[in-house]
Amino acid sequence: MTATLPAQASRTLTHLDHLEAEAIQILREVAANFARPIILYSVGKDSSVLVHLARKAFYPAKFPFPLVHVDTTYEYPELIEFRDWFVKEIGAELIVHVNEAAIAEGANPYSLGTAKCCGLLRTQALVGGLQKLKVDAALGGARRDEERSRAKERVFSFRNKFGHWDPKDQRPELWSLYNPKVDPGEHMRVFPLSNWTEFDIWHYIEREKIPVVPLYFAKEREVYVRGGTLIPVQSNVRALPGEKPELRRCRMRSLGCTPCSGAIESDADTIPKIIDELFSFRRSERENRVIDHDQDGSMELKKREGYF
Amino acid sequence: MQAAQERSALRFSTAGSVDDGKSTLIGRLLFDTKGAYEDQIEAVKKSKVNRSGREMDLSLLTDGLRAEREQGITIDVAYRFFATPQRRFRIADTPGHEQYTRNMATGASTSDAAVILVDALKGVSRQTLRHATISYLLGIEHLIFAINKMDAVGWSEDTYGAIRSELERQSRRWAGAKFYFLPVSALDGDNVAWRSQQARYYNGPSLLELLETLEVSPAAAPFRFPVQYVTRPGDGFRGFAGRVASGAVAKGDEVLVLPRGRRSRVKEIVTFDGSLAKAGEGESITLVLEDEIDISRGDMLVAADERPALGRRFAAELVWMAEEHLEPGLTYLLRAGTKEVYARVVAVEWLLDPESGEQRSSEAALGLNDIARVVVETTEPLPLDPYRTCRETGSFILIHPRSNRTIAAGMVVEVIRREREKKDLGFALGPVTAGERVERYGHLPAVLRSQDPDGLERALFEHGALVLRWAGAVPAALEEAGALVISESEGLEVPVENPLAFLESAGILLPRDDFSGGEGI
Ligand SMILES: Nc1nc2c(ncn2[C@@H]2O[C@H](COP(=O)(O)OP(=O)(O)O)[C@@H](O)[C@H]2O)c(=O)[nH]1
Repeated sequence: MTATLPAQASRTLTHLDHLEAEAIQILREVAANFARPIILYSVGKDSSVLVHLARKAFYPAKFPFPLVHVDTTYEYPELIEFRDWFVKEIGAELIVHVNEAAIAEGANPYSLGTAKCCGLLRTQALVGGLQKLKVDAALGGARRDEERSRAKERVFSFRNKFGHWDPKDQRPELWSLYNPKVDPGEHMRVFPLSNWTEFDIWHYIEREKIPVVPLYFAKEREVYVRGGTLIPVQSNVRALPGEKPELRRCRMRSLGCTPCSGAIESDADTIPKIIDELFSFRRSERENRVIDHDQDGSMELKKREGYF
Repeated sequence: MQAAQERSALRFSTAGSVDDGKSTLIGRLLFDTKGAYEDQIEAVKKSKVNRSGREMDLSLLTDGLRAEREQGITIDVAYRFFATPQRRFRIADTPGHEQYTRNMATGASTSDAAVILVDALKGVSRQTLRHATISYLLGIEHLIFAINKMDAVGWSEDTYGAIRSELERQSRRWAGAKFYFLPVSALDGDNVAWRSQQARYYNGPSLLELLETLEVSPAAAPFRFPVQYVTRPGDGFRGFAGRVASGAVAKGDEVLVLPRGRRSRVKEIVTFDGSLAKAGEGESITLVLEDEIDISRGDMLVAADERPALGRRFAAELVWMAEEHLEPGLTYLLRAGTKEVYARVVAVEWLLDPESGEQRSSEAALGLNDIARVVVETTEPLPLDPYRTCRETGSFILIHPRSNRTIAAGMVVEVIRREREKKDLGFALGPVTAGERVERYGHLPAVLRSQDPDGLERALFEHGALVLRWAGAVPAALEEAGALVISESEGLEVPVENPLAFLESAGILLPRDDFSGGEGI
């Protein structure tokens, strides 16, 4: 074959262009290979980016995935408000799933502890929801840079009949050749943002003007100060003995349930300020999530059980 | 930071034997570029384990595959990220144990450069050569040898020189790659993120400077576009979504649709952000063509005058990745680009010893971590480029039909044509092209086998297929004439029940209405 060198491409692809093109390719692979794919929509910034990429991938058609939100019932009101507005704005289909049985039995972090509560209201609810909807592929916004155990995660991550992840038995993943094969009852978790970092997410949100939940931006909020973590005051958050609400200028770096995810003190009320802050304030973003470090290696544990 | 966003990232893999200092080196890169978070650094400072003899054991920052090794947990490729004002980086960190050819190959498959550690105290080891060979085999362009622990040999020029010349001697078998050598101390940081004064005989850049400035070459193939998905919003729009595997395409370009061989022109290059005049390698786009041609997922649009070879038989280098051995008679699933077909490994020509570079013959079936030159045969013709020309259109994976596991990864060497047999058959092919035959009969050529050949022949005939029976070895030309050949001894086994549905799912019979059934494969 006489290969001539390719003509100069129309433009030089930047780092973000590459990440975008890769994510779009992955989203299309999911649409082409699965019968009942969904997007696990947590309403957080990564989810917002994922949904935006899905819109791009199938343009001018609508993206062929419903959004599934696992609602723990301990969500921030701003988050629910944003969710409903955003979904309507882009004309997507939303399915909200709650672990009704656990809620009926009164699951809450105070009596069960955060690990167990999270296991019931997020992990089990998620696994149950996927089974009920007969989902064979669940797209999620997780990134490899988030946490140690995620660094080894595949883009196409196989889950067995119980929704469990076996870190010892992952399929090799080479080039952009993903293996989408699952038998009935099994499913695939797919992470198009695997190679993105927190910086990339914010840069992209800024570049593409993607709307995100206002909780990410700093403003004065009433909080309980718990160790190094600020817990915003909400009706379903209980004060510990002696705790008094204080007014602090703060923002959320990663969104979780009201009782278990903390805010950080911050002045960053715009995206460029958030990016600057990430530079000066170099702590991993899940640090303010109570659940991630209440057990040693807790993330790997949760993931094996099916947590996202 | 803006600058780093403007450029494309560099993806590199790291390899080294156990204790060569790979974890320390990565920890050093993360630490000196502030790629590690403060809470992680605090955790390392507080750690009771410290084997470094320094204030802080940087190898712990990457959490150590060590801990995992000791506890017998996953040993696998881990991906890590860091950035400098010049560039962003992704490290594919692969464990150094010699048995992990599989993981090395995985990490290397998406890397542009490889950093291979050599322990100055031990010199070039068998693993060093294994790492370089696998990196080379997977098409990594830049091979960087970091000769580490130079502090422990007093920055000896002789030691460095001896290792370097040994590697240069070996490097002849990795023809075409670019080589770099650096004396470093991961422990103290010399020549890792900053230039050191310790080695006066070395005037080159630090490892980080080198990584910041490496240029990644584009794929050497012309325009290649595997169709991923057909976008049909329902208003008459029909676009072919995919990612440009190599080359570039512009509005008005003539393209060829493979395997059916029809031609058309690009009417529009559609994206969410507006139409483009031109798109190049790596871009995810949607193409609209001027003519109404049947195109579905798995087809490939290529430069009309520079097509890839199309064939059912090809030579490849195969890395075996599973515990279960190759079963010679078994039909596996093969995925190449966006195409999935059935395939068999029909010959194992030799095994490659990645340490010596020697080719050995082998009696035993291919097993975990073996690297072999094989011949693969597929049920349908595939458009393939040599892997050295284009990674995306020259690579494939094999999937076990029962366990669904990815069991092997392959790099195409060349498509094998069966010229001689063609002459043996007493007829010549006229001006009617293979593509036209496919259009007419609604199927691709294939050799089939059945427990009920009569039933199969009848069903295919009724369907309107060009079907023939053949005793003995099937001449290649018969297939090239577009026929479905029912053989007694070879070919794809077709079940007795619902043979047409099976052939349709195998991609041999084309769906009658290509545009009604979605684009699942
Ligand atoms: N003297 C010296 N020791 C080093 C250097 N780099 C690593 N080491 C030591 O070598 C040992 C193995 O290092 P580690 O990074 O864990 O090796 P790995 O198994 O390749 O990841 C540790 O005790 C390190 O402190 C170096 O540049 N100089």
